[in-house]
Amino acid sequence: MAHTKPRKKAGEAADVFGRYGVSPELALELLREMLLYRRFEEKAEEAYAIGKIGGFCHLHIGQEGAAAGSIKPLREDDYVVTAYREHTQALAKGVKPGPVMAELYGRAGGSSGGKGGSMHIFDRGVRFMGGHGIVGGQVPLATGIAWKIKYREEDGVVVCFMGDAAVNQGAFHEALNMAAIWELPAIYVVENNQYGMGTAFRRVSLVDMVEKASPYGIPASVVNGQDVLATYAHFRDLAEAVRGGGGPRFVDVQTYRFRGHSMSDPVSGTYRPKDEVDRMTHQQDPIVLLRDRLFEGGHLDQAGLEAIDAEAREAAQEAADFADRSPPPGPEALYSNVWAELNPHGRLNFDGRGESPWR
Amino acid sequence: MAVMTYREALNAALREEMERDPDVFLMGEEVAEYDGAYKVSKGLLAKFGPKRVVDSPISELGFAGLCVGASMAGLRPVVEFMTFNFAFLAIDQVINSAAKMLYMSDGQFPMPIVFRGPTGAALQLSAQHSVACETYYLHSPGVKVVTPATPADAKGLLKASIRDNDPVAFMEGELLYNFKGEVPEDEDLVIPLGVADLKREGSDVSIVTHGKMVHVAMQAAAKLEKEGVEADVLDLRSLRPLDVDAILASVRKTNRAVYVEEGWSFLGVGAQVVATIQEEAFDDLDAPVLRVTQADVPMPYAKNLEIMAKPSADRVVEACNRVLYRGAR
Repeated sequence: MAHTKPRKKAGEAADVFGRYGVSPELALELLREMLLYRRFEEKAEEAYAIGKIGGFCHLHIGQEGAAAGSIKPLREDDYVVTAYREHTQALAKGVKPGPVMAELYGRAGGSSGGKGGSMHIFDRGVRFMGGHGIVGGQVPLATGIAWKIKYREEDGVVVCFMGDAAVNQGAFHEALNMAAIWELPAIYVVENNQYGMGTAFRRVSLVDMVEKASPYGIPASVVNGQDVLATYAHFRDLAEAVRGGGGPRFVDVQTYRFRGHSMSDPVSGTYRPKDEVDRMTHQQDPIVLLRDRLFEGGHLDQAGLEAIDAEAREAAQEAADFADRSPPPGPEALYSNVWAELNPHGRLNFDGRGESPWR
Repeated sequence: MAVMTYREALNAALREEMERDPDVFLMGEEVAEYDGAYKVSKGLLAKFGPKRVVDSPISELGFAGLCVGASMAGLRPVVEFMTFNFAFLAIDQVINSAAKMLYMSDGQFPMPIVFRGPTGAALQLSAQHSVACETYYLHSPGVKVVTPATPADAKGLLKASIRDNDPVAFMEGELLYNFKGEVPEDEDLVIPLGVADLKREGSDVSIVTHGKMVHVAMQAAAKLEKEGVEADVLDLRSLRPLDVDAILASVRKTNRAVYVEEGWSFLGVGAQVVATIQEEAFDDLDAPVLRVTQADVPMPYAKNLEIMAKPSADRVVEACNRVLYRGAR
């Protein structure tokens, strides 16, 4: 974030806050959030490099605006369901950084007790409904959570995130059709970073992303996810429209992933050129874009930014310290929560090891 | 005791559980306005309305997943598959979502949900409508599998399954829906999962089985009786949880066992039961445990070939005679 863009006139920058109905104070809060996400993910990257995190680890760096802008306008009793690039979405919904990092480390203090890992963050208390690892598999789940809201006559909404590759799964199409015919309170969000792993979206779809929900009669929109103010304003309005019984919505949040698909994948290469990544990283960083607006409007100075960044780094370090201090799950955790209920007489466990409490 | 069909017993269980708990709802293809493809849900739309008896699009993956999400959020869905053969489209949501959610969230999301519908063959429905699907679900920890053979069991086990806090694959049979039997006039007939039922008592050989094949086993036992052989017919009723104690008790009594199942043999239900018997009652056996299963082929259409492919009472009698070391009579 060292570079700076050519400055606009101060008057223009001030208008931005008014135009989106986002106060400078709220904008500063969004900057704080995004910096936390960035520093958290960088800490995870570091921990992965030294073997503290195993398995697959999909970082959200570059997409912070999409997470903060879409989740921060929600109410506490609204639900978020997502796929496996979800660390920062969990933070945005209110899962504490320590338990998220401890989950990445596979520790008992993790949000899923160390049994889910990076791809399966859950926190029922803040209605963060996972962390799902099968592309598109979470879309019917979100639809079912929206079904429950309507069934119980509540007024919450469900925000369902997916990557751009998910829209070619049958699960997506079946779920959106049902959400539409039953007018369910769900917002389906494509975090469109333009590449499903290493496959460009344009190679796997003849129609634009925003057309994907049109067969089902679901109103669709596009927003620039690198512009957190625009994203915030968009989701604030959408949530209210859906909450009023307006039926589902579909949003193409255009964003860009600054890292590889997962920690084990290259940042660029045959599927996307290095100069594209460099250009996006240097010109479309959601944190830098907001910083510049705050600078230009006179709401933030370098010292203020450094103070916010220091807090974010400290919070990320605290999360890592929490994870380091947390012990691995005890051996009893191997068999816990396989089943919710033991039945009389019958055997549920067949591994013959004699260690299972499930008989 | 009231005499009712298996279909009526299921209908009564659904009706009673929906009356008892407002969070229970039924979703599936043709369950509402059409009264159910097999009329299991007859009259439920009229009684409970379209919010709780819901016609879905033909989207097995989608509506199974929707109900899994509803279960996560606190409802108790009953999903009707027109047949489990169509549920292959939905199995991702059963195995990857429903069965694993409690574990991968470390206990945050119990998943009370019943997936129900017929499994196995009817008459001449050919290869894609005749698969006995139990094994696909049994393989994965996190899903219970229930296979009632009689109207009373259908009612009592469905009620228990709806109240269970784990996902249950509740497997019926198209050829069972018209089967009549006595059902206790108990206001609240609940049969716990994991308790096998000795449908017939004998001391010479144990025929262990589940679901529709209970009736084939009973026919075989009647034939054997004429030959002077008395068979235990043990109906497992639920496969996971599995009443291992009942299996072992029967084997310890007769020292000989045959497993009868509608599905294929390779890693079938019988394979697990045989493994369990030899691990835990090896010294009680006087003969190898044999299995009677479907022929190891996709189900053929032609009537004669279909009859050849299915397990039959005669094949069960033959297997029993082999474990008894009796020559062909």
